[in-house]
Amino acid sequence: MQNRSVEMAVGLFVLAGLLCAAYLTVRLGKMEVLGADGYEVKARFIDVTGLKDGANVELAGVRVGRVSGITLAPDKKAIVSLNLAKNVVLTDDAIVSIKTSGLIGDKFVKITPGGAGDPVKPGGLLTETESSIDLQDLIGKYVFGGVQEEKK
Amino acid sequence: MNAALETLTAPVARIGGATIRMVLNLGAFGVFAFSGLARIFSLPLQWAKTVQQVYFIGVKSVSVIALIGLFTGMVLGLQGYYTLVKFGAEGLLGAAVALSVIRELGPVLTAIMITGRAGSSMAAELGIMRISEQIDALDAMDVNPIRYLVSPRLAAALICFPLLTAMFDVIALVGGYISGVMMLGVSPGIYWSRIHDSVVMADVSGGFTKSVVFALLVAAICCYQGYTTHQRPGGFGAKGVGLSTTSAVVASCVAILASDYALTSFLL
Repeated sequence: MQNRSVEMAVGLFVLAGLLCAAYLTVRLGKMEVLGADGYEVKARFIDVTGLKDGANVELAGVRVGRVSGITLAPDKKAIVSLNLAKNVVLTDDAIVSIKTSGLIGDKFVKITPGGAGDPVKPGGLLTETESSIDLQDLIGKYVFGGVQEEKK
Repeated sequence: MNAALETLTAPVARIGGATIRMVLNLGAFGVFAFSGLARIFSLPLQWAKTVQQVYFIGVKSVSVIALIGLFTGMVLGLQGYYTLVKFGAEGLLGAAVALSVIRELGPVLTAIMITGRAGSSMAAELGIMRISEQIDALDAMDVNPIRYLVSPRLAAALICFPLLTAMFDVIALVGGYISGVMMLGVSPGIYWSRIHDSVVMADVSGGFTKSVVFALLVAAICCYQGYTTHQRPGGFGAKGVGLSTTSAVVASCVAILASDYALTSFLL
């Protein structure tokens, strides 16, 4: 009888632990249970300063995907891979821009849907992009008025 | 002349002796831990003993882990709120609590609490079995004491640490909710959505990796200290058991924090 209650308690303990672990991995860790559910498009930027792998991709303020990779192209431009949900169909004239949430928040990718382009296929490249705005650059320009040669 | 030389070289000899002893101990510990780990899977599997140990290490620790988790989360919520509100960024409270708990505090505090509750008694139990010659009796009966006594404890620790860490994490998030949202007025929707946005799989899997390593370290160190009570120079009998228990807890805590630093630098 005593053994029964020990086994019961251990079973409950393991069950509760597994439920907590499942919550952490599936809900918080966004574990994709059956492979990645979505498709990938690429976007070419002049500058992606501050953008990180895993950053949000938003369309009309709704999260529709994540940044899945950032690499450097041979022409010294940055290629950002975006993993988008299957139900989001973009056209090739969509504008992809890098924005900052709040003044000190993280960088994210904002997509402005295009007008009348052709739908982008998985793996396609979006070229209408806006790079991130460098706040220090802006302040520098405002204060010092752009780059000037040193006066002799 | 000779005596003078000896007084001069004595400290060097002492340091050398201590170093040799330390290396020997480390080697013996490595062999002990490895043979315990390897015998977990030797047939027939010791299910009943492992379940018994899971009950002792895991089930009996749930209440203390829940309490510590709750208050850790609450205090993080409180401190985080008062720091973040200065920048007008109290919306980030959920992310701050979740990341510090899942990455760092969950695995470490859980491991330290289990060391205090279960590790110490593991060392004491094995120490008493050693000084009352029960381990020698097992040896005499041709039962491998490491397989019989150590492997189930190692297996149980490997099962319990990640599960208890997961419970700690979830309860700490609720603790942060209680102090941040219910007491200080952060918006509940923002609290949870920030948690969902900021936590990624790497954080969760890093936490679990840590807890598995801590499980191995704590169980192996505590069992080793108890198992080798008779070789302890400081005392024999009851005193030896006491010393083993103390050094098991101290060595485990040091090992947890030192390996935590190493693991964090790997995982970041």
